[in-house]
Amino acid sequence: MESSELAIEIRDLYKLYGPKPEAALGHIRSRSMRPEDSGHFVALNNVNLAIEPGKICVIMGLSGSGKSTLLRCINRLIDPTGGQIFIQGHEITHASTKELRRIRSSKISMVFQHFALLPHMTVLDNVAFGLRIAGISRKERRDRAAHALELVGLSGWNDRKPSNLSGGMRQRVGLARALVMDTPVLLMDEPFSALDPLIREEMQQELLRLQNTLNKTIVFVTHDPNEAATLGNRIAILLKGEVVQYGRPLDIVISPANDYVRDFVRGINVFNVLSAGQIVDPARPPVVLTGTSVTSLPISRSTAGPVAVTDGTGRILGVVEKTASLGASAADWQSALSQDYIRIAPDQLVAPFLEELSRNGRPLVVVRDDDSLVGVVTGSSVLKALAANSGVKSKCEEARQQPESKSAMAAEQRAG
Amino acid sequence: MDFTDFAMQVASAIDNFTNYVSQKFGAVFDFISAIILGINDPLTAALNFVPAWLVIVIAVIGGFAAGRLPLALLGGLGLAFILAMNLWSAAMVTFSLVLTAALISLAIGIPLGTLIAESKRMNAVFEPILDFMQTMPAFVLLVPAVFFFGVGVVPGVVATIFFAMPLPIRLTAHGLKMVEPEVIEAGEAFGASRMTILFFIKLPLAFKSIMAGVNQCIMMSLSMVIIASMIGAGGLGDEIIRSISRLQVGRGVEAGLVVVILAILIDRFTRRISQKIDPTA
Repeated sequence: MESSELAIEIRDLYKLYGPKPEAALGHIRSRSMRPEDSGHFVALNNVNLAIEPGKICVIMGLSGSGKSTLLRCINRLIDPTGGQIFIQGHEITHASTKELRRIRSSKISMVFQHFALLPHMTVLDNVAFGLRIAGISRKERRDRAAHALELVGLSGWNDRKPSNLSGGMRQRVGLARALVMDTPVLLMDEPFSALDPLIREEMQQELLRLQNTLNKTIVFVTHDPNEAATLGNRIAILLKGEVVQYGRPLDIVISPANDYVRDFVRGINVFNVLSAGQIVDPARPPVVLTGTSVTSLPISRSTAGPVAVTDGTGRILGVVEKTASLGASAADWQSALSQDYIRIAPDQLVAPFLEELSRNGRPLVVVRDDDSLVGVVTGSSVLKALAANSGVKSKCEEARQQPESKSAMAAEQRAG
Repeated sequence: MDFTDFAMQVASAIDNFTNYVSQKFGAVFDFISAIILGINDPLTAALNFVPAWLVIVIAVIGGFAAGRLPLALLGGLGLAFILAMNLWSAAMVTFSLVLTAALISLAIGIPLGTLIAESKRMNAVFEPILDFMQTMPAFVLLVPAVFFFGVGVVPGVVATIFFAMPLPIRLTAHGLKMVEPEVIEAGEAFGASRMTILFFIKLPLAFKSIMAGVNQCIMMSLSMVIIASMIGAGGLGDEIIRSISRLQVGRGVEAGLVVVILAILIDRFTRRISQKIDPTA
């Protein structure tokens, strides 16, 4: 079953508020009635989302767009009116109260906007609260809670009350309380929006640092586009309960599906989203060097600039700076091979390397961990991405406007 | 049309009803009497058995523990004044009546308030009953109390319970309803059952409001216990009624002052103690 590969899958989800939500949903589904004529408030309108394990999926939208409702449907703090939700392939939409409690303590934990700590318990007891409910022994839950507090950098505060802590520290406790449950899925409801901007950035980095080792599936609600761009592997943009666009941050920045999304992402600093794998230059395919033969020579070698050279299995051998003078001889290429390039992973942000690229012209070569090549980032590919973000669209691009830009899709495929 | 006739019919219908009830459910009233006397009698005996100086010492020490010097002074001087007014034993009778009534009111009121907060249906049922109880003038409560329980301590305490119970019910329910929804959600999100959420999250967080209800319940009990002296509950109220009937203004004011002091002491002590044991502080 396809859904078993996904951490979370949401199908045709609806949430209606009003006198007769079920009946109204029937009309909306059969298309005999438009949602706005149903006399009900449609908080979620046919939401479909597939979230891969280990990824951070950001749900973004204005207040009232249904993002918190969507998040709460995932652990059924709110019961959806219709549709299905699968967590690791198991449908939770019809789980009984008892099952639901088990799922909540073993599969999904949650971090809240205003921390939602219990003021009458110490920090340690707050973190251990979920374990206590799950019936874990006192010693084990205290050990695990202490470890979780260490993880978020709060050891030594165990016996304080939450009221003694600053906002950022309280949210660290909230995070520890969720992490200690050791659940694969973590729901975060605008967790950093109540914090000062500086602390917020610090917490974002902290979350990314933790995510590096923990690899949880995180659903993160925010209304801050830059936060979404910083954290999200995928961003879903919600408008009046509908997902208007779901994709990688760069795709959304470069090719917004409509004006609402465009307005929304205008504030995103494009350098926050430009990862190397996404902007390799399609006009710079690698040269393949196998034994004595050179295959896939650049079509037009007159375009000066470096090309990457790989072996027959796609592993990087090096770069060649000046290709115009080289013939089809493998030996020539072999001797021209240089190791003077900047190696960069596909998901690394490209921003810190741009100065190097512009000043010294050292090629930026995007290589995966196993040495296989993704492509080369060039000045022109960076410019292309920036131009697309500037909002001034060329005539020809307008003509072929699609929800997802082709080059970005191609880049994604190459990036894997 | 003659309305006197109609009024008489209503009155006699009520009489018939109460007659019927008191005969049919005599056992129930006996049971209630037994509970009230079972609490009040030992309490009165104990309070009068302990020498006054010991009570004062306890109040000073307790006052110091709960509220440092001001409360210790207040406790010591207040009780010394009562002793000096020669109204000690009457005050102890009143105090024990207050404690009995308040104890029973709270034992019923806090769980009932919890039930009302948790169940919309219970809320709908009890809302008008509570309104009725709260708008009922204190004196009117004495009538059915006398009818079902005669005169003496028991009807006094019963009337007091009816008078003092609505506030702790309301304040308990209010405190529970005012708990931040996000904190309750946090409990739910971590798999807590309704009962766990009630006992580990809602009740501790509603503590301030519940304790305000306790405080108000005791204060209202005190005022009603004085009025209940009219039906023979005894204590300080007796002194006041006696001095009214004998036109002894001075003695009446003395007894009134003792009631006020008792009220202040109970109020300050319960407040300080509830602040002291507040789990959310």
